[in-house]
Amino acid sequence: MPTFFEKKQLVTPGELLAEGDYLPGENTYVEENKIFASRIGLVDSDNKKVNVVALRAFYVPKVGDIVIGTVAEVGFNGWTIDIKSPYTALLRASDVLSRPFKPQNDELSQVLNAGDLIVAKIASYDRAHDPQLTVGEPGLGKITRGQILRVTPTKIPRVIGRKGSMISMIKQETNCQIILGLNGVILVTGKNPEDEELAIAAIRKIEQESHTSGLTDRITQLLKEKKAKVEEKLE
Amino acid sequence: MSSSITRVRLKQIEELIAKGQRLDERGLRDYREIKIEQGLIERAEGSARVLLGKTEILVGVKVETGEPFPDTPNEGVQTVNAELVPIASPNFEPGPPDENSIELARVVDRGIRESKAIDTLKLCIEPGKKVFVVFVDVYVLNHDGNLIDASALAAMAALLNTKMPNYEIKDGELKIKQGYTPLPMKSHPITVTVGKINNSLIVDPGLEEEQVMDSRLSMAVNDDGNICAIQKGGSGYFTPQQILEASKIAQEKAAELRKKLEW
Amino acid sequence: MNEKPEKLIDKKGLRLDGRKADELRPLKLQVGVLPNADGSAYIEHGKNKILAAAFGPREMHPKHLAQADRMVLRCRYHMAPFSVQERKSPAPSRREVELSKVIKESLEPALFHELYPRTGVDVFVEVLQADGGTRCASITAAALAIADAGVPMRDLVVACAAGKVDDTIVLDLYDAEDKLGVADVPVAYMPSLNAVTLLQMDGILTPAEFEKAVNMAMDGCRKIYELQKEALKTKYMVVKEVEE
Repeated sequence: MPTFFEKKQLVTPGELLAEGDYLPGENTYVEENKIFASRIGLVDSDNKKVNVVALRAFYVPKVGDIVIGTVAEVGFNGWTIDIKSPYTALLRASDVLSRPFKPQNDELSQVLNAGDLIVAKIASYDRAHDPQLTVGEPGLGKITRGQILRVTPTKIPRVIGRKGSMISMIKQETNCQIILGLNGVILVTGKNPEDEELAIAAIRKIEQESHTSGLTDRITQLLKEKKAKVEEKLE
Repeated sequence: MSSSITRVRLKQIEELIAKGQRLDERGLRDYREIKIEQGLIERAEGSARVLLGKTEILVGVKVETGEPFPDTPNEGVQTVNAELVPIASPNFEPGPPDENSIELARVVDRGIRESKAIDTLKLCIEPGKKVFVVFVDVYVLNHDGNLIDASALAAMAALLNTKMPNYEIKDGELKIKQGYTPLPMKSHPITVTVGKINNSLIVDPGLEEEQVMDSRLSMAVNDDGNICAIQKGGSGYFTPQQILEASKIAQEKAAELRKKLEW
Repeated sequence: MNEKPEKLIDKKGLRLDGRKADELRPLKLQVGVLPNADGSAYIEHGKNKILAAAFGPREMHPKHLAQADRMVLRCRYHMAPFSVQERKSPAPSRREVELSKVIKESLEPALFHELYPRTGVDVFVEVLQADGGTRCASITAAALAIADAGVPMRDLVVACAAGKVDDTIVLDLYDAEDKLGVADVPVAYMPSLNAVTLLQMDGILTPAEFEKAVNMAMDGCRKIYELQKEALKTKYMVVKEVEE
């Protein structure tokens, strides 16, 4: 019952990973008792489970996920929201208005218009129905300032870091508010554009180098260097 | 094609095939009954109607004069078109040919062309200027599966029935004379489609079987038993062993059909 | 139109372009070449130059084409008007419609259609220059584009043709051999699963020659498969060098 990979080896779809007494984990599949990779990524095993951490994937909605989306269309009783997923999400007018929606009185485009950004939570989703969003919780709703960037959704855990270490370090060093949409969309809000640029640079670097070790140190280094440069300019 | 088959039926077919049986009590390697009628459209230079079970194909051949292709100035031109006429199935829609009818036409065309069935050199009237153009029009009248084999058969039957106008050239002008001669033919390809359902190979898939089938392999076989055209279709795959098995089946079935047809 | 050379293979068994019977043309593969596509690839296979782009999975347009229980793959194979000697009309020809269909059907066995119901993946192939064997090169590039889009796949699909030129079975026919040869057998293959996903043929072959050609084409596929994996890894490996 062999495995055919080294830890963290880069594999491509169709590569044979293990045979026999193993379990297929993420981004793998079984055919005749053999486990193959189904996406490009880094292979790893956890006990008997073989996983591939995908380097490229897209977001598939999960109930409870926080996502950041763009209003795509104003409908007659709600909005369709682009959440950078194969499925377009819906946000009902009644969810935003917190009261029954009256088509005679309510002009939805004045509440949220096409192009507006929102932070929302996936309220429901299944194979047959598009995801429905809710903004009825603290911290959710329309975004009014800050900058948006997109990363491959599979990289979000690396931006968070072990027990949130990476993200809290970036927040601290840059004085920015950062909201991570699990759909790979990230909102960075700082006191000034320079701080925001700094945070974005750090996140971009994590995205690029997510599968290398010693990343936290390099990010700390990057932030220090860049901060020094900005301060030089100001002086 | 959109699925109009129930899951129960689907399972029934799969289970039967796994046991080596089929819905209409045929064996896995049996064709449905074949009936061929030639020369039923008087206006056409050649025609044939083929019934393969309930699948019904009408082919008309028209012979006209036209220009040769620049790279084959001494050869007549062969062209095959296929129409999935809306009367043949609730799933066929009127309009320009879709990918299914284009594929059907090109597979029928390839079998005839690659086996050099029509002696195109004998269709030259004036090199580089004027040749006979043979239009083969495949009309699907009823779709009950395996359009490829039935259409290829009907096309060949119609070509064998085709009569060319006699002509002479007077003062550089083409003059049609009395009487006809048969279209010059050199070979008689027969196309056999092998379908794959799970891991079983079947021949002559019916309409319902086509909806269960994950892929097909159509092979044209010439008089010598050689292969002269192949087309894989459907969203499944074949193992290399299955391909060789399918090619053996195609040769056997082609030889068998050839005997029946006396081609 | 040039005159047909008498022999396509010389006394030493070499072909007009200097290759041995079982030798591939030079290949170059690159992944991630089109910034606006979800996934993309570029292939140079001999003088073929082909771009492939993949979009999705995404909502199907028009919506009625969506399937309730599965993801739909759509493919368009298209030749640029300047890709061949005589300008080709940009309107899709019957050949292009058929090739779009067989290319789609060669890629479908690699996908997990049931995973993303109601969505579609679109693959667009643009042949910028044609040199014989464009459908095979298109499949090789399209599979990379799909993988690069992050769509899960059973295996990469790789394609290569074999055929008969004069009296010899040869690998990977180029334009002149394709036009003047005896037979051409394009094959698409998923090497890890030993599954043939495209098989076509024109010309005449005996059963024994056919078997030899299919095997030779699959050997060619296995060689190209290694280059394909390498190309995909190269795009995602760049960052590893940072560490060193």
